[in-house]
Parts: sequence; C-alpha cells; structure tokens
Amino acid sequence: MAVNTDKNSYTILFAIAMVVIVGSLLAFTASTLRPAIEENERMEKQQNILYTIGINENGDNDIVFVGTEKVGELFSTNISQQLVLEAKDGKILKEMTRQEYMDTHNDQEPYLIDVKKQQARAKEGKSRFLPLFIGEKDGETVYVAPIRGKGLWDAIWGFVALDKDMVVQGVFFDHAGETPGLGANIKQRYFMDDFEGEHLLSDTGAFKGIEVAKGNNDPLNERKEDYKVDALAGATITGDGVAAMMKKDLKLYLPFFENLKTQSN
Amino acid sequence: MGLLSKKDGKLITDPLADNNPITIQVLGICSALAITAELKASLVMGIAVLFVLGVGNVVISLLRNIIPSKIRIIVQLIVVATLVIIVDQVLKAYAYELSKTLSVFIGLIITNCIIMGRFEAFALGNGPWRSFLDGIGNALGYAVILVIVGFFRELLGSGTLFGIPVLGDAIEKTGVYSIGYENNGFMLMPPMALIIVGLLIWVQRSRNKALIED
Repeated sequence: MAVNTDKNSYTILFAIAMVVIVGSLLAFTASTLRPAIEENERMEKQQNILYTIGINENGDNDIVFVGTEKVGELFSTNISQQLVLEAKDGKILKEMTRQEYMDTHNDQEPYLIDVKKQQARAKEGKSRFLPLFIGEKDGETVYVAPIRGKGLWDAIWGFVALDKDMVVQGVFFDHAGETPGLGANIKQRYFMDDFEGEHLLSDTGAFKGIEVAKGNNDPLNERKEDYKVDALAGATITGDGVAAMMKKDLKLYLPFFENLKTQSN
Repeated sequence: MGLLSKKDGKLITDPLADNNPITIQVLGICSALAITAELKASLVMGIAVLFVLGVGNVVISLLRNIIPSKIRIIVQLIVVATLVIIVDQVLKAYAYELSKTLSVFIGLIITNCIIMGRFEAFALGNGPWRSFLDGIGNALGYAVILVIVGFFRELLGSGTLFGIPVLGDAIEKTGVYSIGYENNGFMLMPPMALIIVGLLIWVQRSRNKALIED
C-alpha cells in the first residue's frame, strides 16, 4: 500500500477510525451479553444466600452451590420471607415486607438491593434500606444479611446467617480481586466455616463483632465465645476488612434483633 | 516439528528455553510474583496469556503496514485491552464460574510487559503466521516458569497442589507433618517467587554458559 503512514492527517484519521471501530465493537458486545450476565449475577446472589443457610452441595473441603437450574425454585421455597428495613442513624424507621418494598421501588426484588448504593445513601445522610432474608437452618429460624466492605485491592462482600441471638450460623464471603493464595482465601471453607457458632453480642447484649485475629492459638476453632477467628497468614488487611465489614454492616441490624427479643418475651 | 519448518519451529522452542521471556529477557516478572502462590492460578494465567498473546500478535501483524508509527504503542494497548474486555464479557455471560476465578488476572494481562514486548519486537515486523507462532512460543515460555514457581510455592507454602493436600493434614498432624515438618508460610509471600525465579535463572545459566553476560 502506498499510504504515507507518517502524515499527521493519516495518523488522526487512523486514530478516529480505530476509536469508532473498537468503541462500537465493545458497545455491541456489552449490550448483547448484558441480559445473560445480569441473569448470572442474579442467580449467584440466590446461591450465596442459600449457601449461608446450609443449602449447597458441598463436599468435604470444597464450595459447591446448588445448580443454576434449580436455584430459583429452592430460593422461593427456602427463603420464607424477605424483609426490608429502612434505617437511619442506628434506628430502624420502618419495616417493609417484600411486596411493600417492591410496590414502592419499581418492582426491585429485595435480594437485588445494592449494598454499595445503600452505603452511599447513608453517607449522604439519607435513610438506607437493609434487606433481610428469613429462612430455616436445622429447624431454627435464621436471618441472612448482606455485608460489604474493602479488602486490600478491591471490594469484598458476603452474606451472614444469624439466629435470633445474633450467633453466626453460616457465612459466605467473596471478593473482587484479592491476592490468590493469600487474601483470596477468605472464600475458602477453612476460613468461612470458622465463623459458624461465633457470637456477635456480649453477654449483656452489647454488639462486639468478630475479630480476625493472629496468634489466636485456636486452629480447630474450639472456643466459640471469644469473638475471634483465626486469621489467614499473609492476608492481614483482607482479614481486617472482613472483620470491619461484619462489624459495621451487621451492627445496623441490632435494633431489629433487640426488637425480636422484646417481642418474644 | 514435522508441521513446521526449522525456522518456524524455533519460534516456539526458543522462548521455552534459551530465550525465555522471564528468565532471560526478565519480562513479565510482576505477574510472576503476584499470582504464583497457587498452582491453579499460575496455570490459568498462563492459558489466558497464551490466548491474548496468540491472537493479539496476529491482529497487530495484520495491521502492521497501516499502523501510524507515531501512535503504534497506543494502538497496541488498545488491541490488548479490547481483546481482554471481550474475553471477560464472554466468560461472564457463558462461563460465569470460570470468570470469577479469572477476575483478578484479566486486569493483569493488560499490564503484562511480555505482550507489549512481543507486539513491538516481533509482530510489527513479521507476517501473521510467524507472529502467531512467536506469540504461542513466548506465552508457553512464560507459562512454564509460572507453573514451576507455582508448584514449589504451593507445595512448600501450603502443602497442597491444585488445592489438594499432598503432604498430609497440617492441623491434624498426619503425613509428613507427623514427623515434625511444617509449612513454610514465607513461601506464600511474593519475595519467595523472586528467589525461585532467581534459582531458575541460576540453574539455566549454569547449564548453558552461552547465556552468561559479561
């Protein structure tokens, strides 16, 4: 080809053409694939929530979710109720059922509430919506709440199943980009399973949270009421992030559980 | 190498040994340190780079006569970024589980200096077929080192391979742990990857004196 590729006009034309081609190619890919991606994300949330209440296909050491072909059905049969709490400044203003919430919020399912957006709302001084999913584990009613925070590199998030005394019944953590082999291990059974049975409240009912502690000297996690689980070697910041997000986000639900107690007494 | 001429075959075999991108050219070290704490992650990263470098080299090679030299680096960057984003989106839509495993590597691929290095040094001056072979060869050379490093770090650091315990149970003290062996947590830290890469360089250069620089 006898084109002078060094000319300025050619360079500019080439740049423009390239941007247009690449831009439309990416836009086309993104818009064609979006429905499939959203569906995947929706099912993943259901799988995560079900995981915390023990509905999964785990083997001895691995994490296996229920299959995508049946997750929708299992979700609607096992999550008996979805609540949305409207909270502000540590108080709960209003408790809504799934239907009430959907009627006022463009039919958005409570489990699709974006915790990140709600945290941003709270920062602006507005009220925030806290979803809570009610199911059953080993015959006991459990309450599953979403949490979200910061790891070392990127966001970390998860779901925590609590019983009426805010004792942890199951957790699931996930991350956007923690270091493989180190921080990414928050998504491993040996880390997540340690949380089961740990208490969040002190004997007097004050909120304490769970520390991800080094030198806990409890590798088999036999002490359940020490408000501590074993940290991961080489993943201090991710571990601290897990502890921080549990403390910050679960504390918001404290009034709900206190309420629950006074009602049952 | 019956399929390939001797010259083309060397494009694949050279980067595997005497012209390895990591141990000889010392490119792509950053990702070699970051993700080799696990064997599985090393392997997955190797495959991802294999794809991007193979396809990217062909694309750049096809465009080599019309790319304005003033903005060629930007063009190369855009080709890598586009490829990576498309792969990421397709995986998210059709292989969601896999895309979750890969998420952290997708960004790292774009920053891998081997890719830009091969675009610049080879694809801009050679035809598509030879560029393809060169891309595959270099990606394999990269993957081999990653897998070797990942093997030692996971085995000595966690006592597992591909997440499966091979040395017994560290907590229950079975297998080799019963005679007092302990996992070396230091192996999980990035500096140990550098030391292993250093050892590999040492082994390689002591076997082939021609590689030693004055």
